[in-house]
Amino acid sequence: MDDSEFAGARPAGTQLAGTQLAGTQLAEVRSAGGRGGATPLERRLAELRGNAPARRLDARALAALAANPGCRRRAVLDAAGVDKAGLAERLGTSAGFGQSPFAITRGLAFERRLRADGCAELLTLLQLHLGAPEQAEVDVPDLLVGSSYGPAVRVERSREALAQARPGAWTLLDHPMLRLEVAGSTAYLEPDAVAVSPSGRWTVIEIKSFPILDGTADPAHVGAAARQAAVYVLALQALAAEGGFTAGPAETGLLVCPRDFSSRPAAAPVDLRKQLAVTRRQLQRLTRIEELLDELSPGTRFDTAPQSVDELPHAYTPDCLSSCELAFHCRAQARAAGSVDVLGRGARGELGGLRTVAEALAAADPAGADPAGAGRTGGPVRADAGAEADPSATRQRAEPGTARTPDAGAGAGTDAGADLPDWYVGGSAAGTPGGGSGLESALTAQLARAAVLRAEALGRPLPTGAPGTDLGPDQLFTSAPATDAHGTGAR
Amino acid sequence: MSLLTTLARLEAHRSGRAEPLATVRHRHLTDRPMLLVPLADAGEAGAPLAFLLGRDREEPTLLTLPRPLDRERRFALLAELADVLLPYLESCAESVELVERQVKNPETGERETEARELCADAPQLIVPNSGGIELLGMLGRATRFRRTAEDPDPGPYPAPLRVPLLGRWLTHLHERAQVPGSSLLLSMTSLLGRHWATGQSNLEDQHLGSLLGWLDPPEGVRGDAAALAAETERDARGRLRCPPAGPTTDPAFDRQLEQAVHRYNAARELGDQAASAAREQDIRELLGSVLYPVWEQLWQGLDLLRALPPGERTVERWEGDRWSYTGHRDRLAAGEPPQPVHDDAVTAARKLAQREREQVRLEVQEALDDPLVMAEYRLAGEAFTGVVTAVEPAYDTSGRSPKPRPLVTVRTDDRPYADRGRKLHRAGGPSSQQAELAEADPASGTLTVRLLNGMGRKREPAPGSVPEVGERVTFTLFELSARTSAPLPDAEETPWTHGGPPQ
Repeated sequence: MDDSEFAGARPAGTQLAGTQLAGTQLAEVRSAGGRGGATPLERRLAELRGNAPARRLDARALAALAANPGCRRRAVLDAAGVDKAGLAERLGTSAGFGQSPFAITRGLAFERRLRADGCAELLTLLQLHLGAPEQAEVDVPDLLVGSSYGPAVRVERSREALAQARPGAWTLLDHPMLRLEVAGSTAYLEPDAVAVSPSGRWTVIEIKSFPILDGTADPAHVGAAARQAAVYVLALQALAAEGGFTAGPAETGLLVCPRDFSSRPAAAPVDLRKQLAVTRRQLQRLTRIEELLDELSPGTRFDTAPQSVDELPHAYTPDCLSSCELAFHCRAQARAAGSVDVLGRGARGELGGLRTVAEALAAADPAGADPAGAGRTGGPVRADAGAEADPSATRQRAEPGTARTPDAGAGAGTDAGADLPDWYVGGSAAGTPGGGSGLESALTAQLARAAVLRAEALGRPLPTGAPGTDLGPDQLFTSAPATDAHGTGAR
Repeated sequence: MSLLTTLARLEAHRSGRAEPLATVRHRHLTDRPMLLVPLADAGEAGAPLAFLLGRDREEPTLLTLPRPLDRERRFALLAELADVLLPYLESCAESVELVERQVKNPETGERETEARELCADAPQLIVPNSGGIELLGMLGRATRFRRTAEDPDPGPYPAPLRVPLLGRWLTHLHERAQVPGSSLLLSMTSLLGRHWATGQSNLEDQHLGSLLGWLDPPEGVRGDAAALAAETERDARGRLRCPPAGPTTDPAFDRQLEQAVHRYNAARELGDQAASAAREQDIRELLGSVLYPVWEQLWQGLDLLRALPPGERTVERWEGDRWSYTGHRDRLAAGEPPQPVHDDAVTAARKLAQREREQVRLEVQEALDDPLVMAEYRLAGEAFTGVVTAVEPAYDTSGRSPKPRPLVTVRTDDRPYADRGRKLHRAGGPSSQQAELAEADPASGTLTVRLLNGMGRKREPAPGSVPEVGERVTFTLFELSARTSAPLPDAEETPWTHGGPPQ
């Protein structure tokens, strides 16, 4: 399927009762409740969801969650299986997510072509890339795809199939179902295929509809596919750890895409180790859902009272626009709070401990006039959201290594912010703004100097009270800069 | 993202309007460029859906395709595009000027004058965003290897006549667009984003509608409100009022397009000519409704850019573009085969060296053209600007004849990261001058530099070569002309270990 980062996974609001599942992307929706949550946590989550149908947590949602682990709002909503697109519509900030019917049609046609004749073309690719001998016998066990059995049964069936894979032969599992425990709740995942080699290695196969052109593909798409495949490998590793298997999942996935401009398939192995490490770490750091749920007032329901979502803090970055349906809502809140996050991770990195636009401008121009109402607006709910955004934001910033979007597997990253050096910790972990004296005042001095230079170059009146000569004589002849001026000099 | 750019974004966020990032225009704009809005099918890679292009605001040409997946119709669309685009691309090939340079004849050892042709002007293509550039590159890749009916071995599916030629031109433009500072193929979002900072992030700036909402909001409306309206407002039919500039389309629009295509297919199956023509016209209007708003936005952006004065050195970089155009024209005339899929090692090394050189040249020239860009270097400690307070003549008497080495004292607020004896370069002087840092006095904020050259050969410095008291001067720590490294050897002389011919 064309898992373009800029389109949400599925048409909004589709409800299928879990019987005739047509196509991978619709397989994750099932009807709500009635089942009676087995654990208190599941019951609480079902209460939060209310009467709306549940959306199962899938690999793409997990990968997106791993990319922004500080966002509690998203963590709770995804764990409760709330339909975020519907929620956004009820809040009045629909983002128009969806996938083009042309892309869906093409993706389905490509998958059908691969699975025709007993997965003939898929097997050819296995021969080419995983070393299966020609004319090898390949078992394709039945995994209850498209049946009316629930996910738990299918997980068991997949587990059996993996355990019963013959040691000397190849086995191809078509749409197995796997389980992964994430932050205290269960996610059911359905990879496109898993191939078991005679030596017992399991390889995750991802079928996508973006093309491999001349041996290379768009790095952003490959990165997204690699992150998804890494989630599946994590689930397989959890399964292998339960015991009873002779070997485990391989750390290289196989990406199957159309070749050049035709619909013939081509495959390429993708090294997943980096994505595995990042995703595993992020998923472990996800705060346990019970703790997050304690912050909500009792009796909250998202279907009847969508505004209650504001009780959960968000961690908005512009990357959310391409991965979360609530992005417009959180962006409006971040803008109203005057947070610097709306300008992107690069700007946020530059400004360190100055977390709002008003603070940063005040540092640049202490005596400057702030036109009334241009900085903060909004009532108590928004101010709370802004303040609550800060601890999670600080936590995000205090560990700069994880605040970056995991990079694409094939090399070039997407819109990545500046790499924050390890010493560049803006506020202290406790969240008090303006901590860390030397660095803060140096940044303020740099900002003020920048404001003076900019006003001078534009022919505008200079900021009054401009320091200009703050740096002492000992900083004059150093060749290393006092603060990290991000390499603007020409060589 | 430098601190000055961040500061500009903060200011824009506060004021609700875009803030300037440049005082001059840093890319050359021809008088009548070709503006092109491409639209691609979301399903397949490099599958064009429609084009709207033209050089006049009032008379765009709309080219559409009723059935995106039909390959024959697709090549017909590309042939129509070639009919409009190729005449423009080839129109600048005629008028040339002769450029002479001195080369050393390797056999006789004398200096000779060699004259080469350089086209007087080159075509310029502007698309809405970088996705448009990528789509043109993909179209070039998909078409330049096709065989036509005129080739000796046409094959089972010959392409229309001029399509492979169009593919070669598109590939050339796409390659040239990767060179920093080039202006043959430009994207409006990157042009506008280079010159203005909005109060939103870089990612949101890639949406042309919201970028223009910050740059040119309606009366009394703040930039962020206008940008939000551009991103989300839908009309009664559920379509965005300000459609995305392509090449990808909005999914809601795609659903309506799919229904229109179904109706067209149904009419064709019934064999009803009148109905199919009518349905095809429906599809054409549907596609036009998405393209015409973007067309207007492109022209709006062009008007905003034309209001900026051009930078002095953009003409120099445009000459590089003209050389690139002339080179491709000559290759086509010589009958060379189309650009290969993968570059060989020698070509790749040359391209990389060229891009690095151009990047350095672009940075230096932008700094010289624009005080706002020079301000970034001043902030980083790589340059300083100040007023001359004293000039003291001095001489270097160590050689055969005394040479002038005056000391110039400059009063400045900048703090360059330079030690005594560091080489400096004077920016904006009458000739390229070098200096060295003699003394620095932070208490009074003065720096004393000693000029080293550019003052003529006599004992006294030539008039005008030494700055006067009260004049504003700028010195930089980086060199002002791209350092010409040793040229790469010719392809025939490259050793086989580095991709050259086998021995």
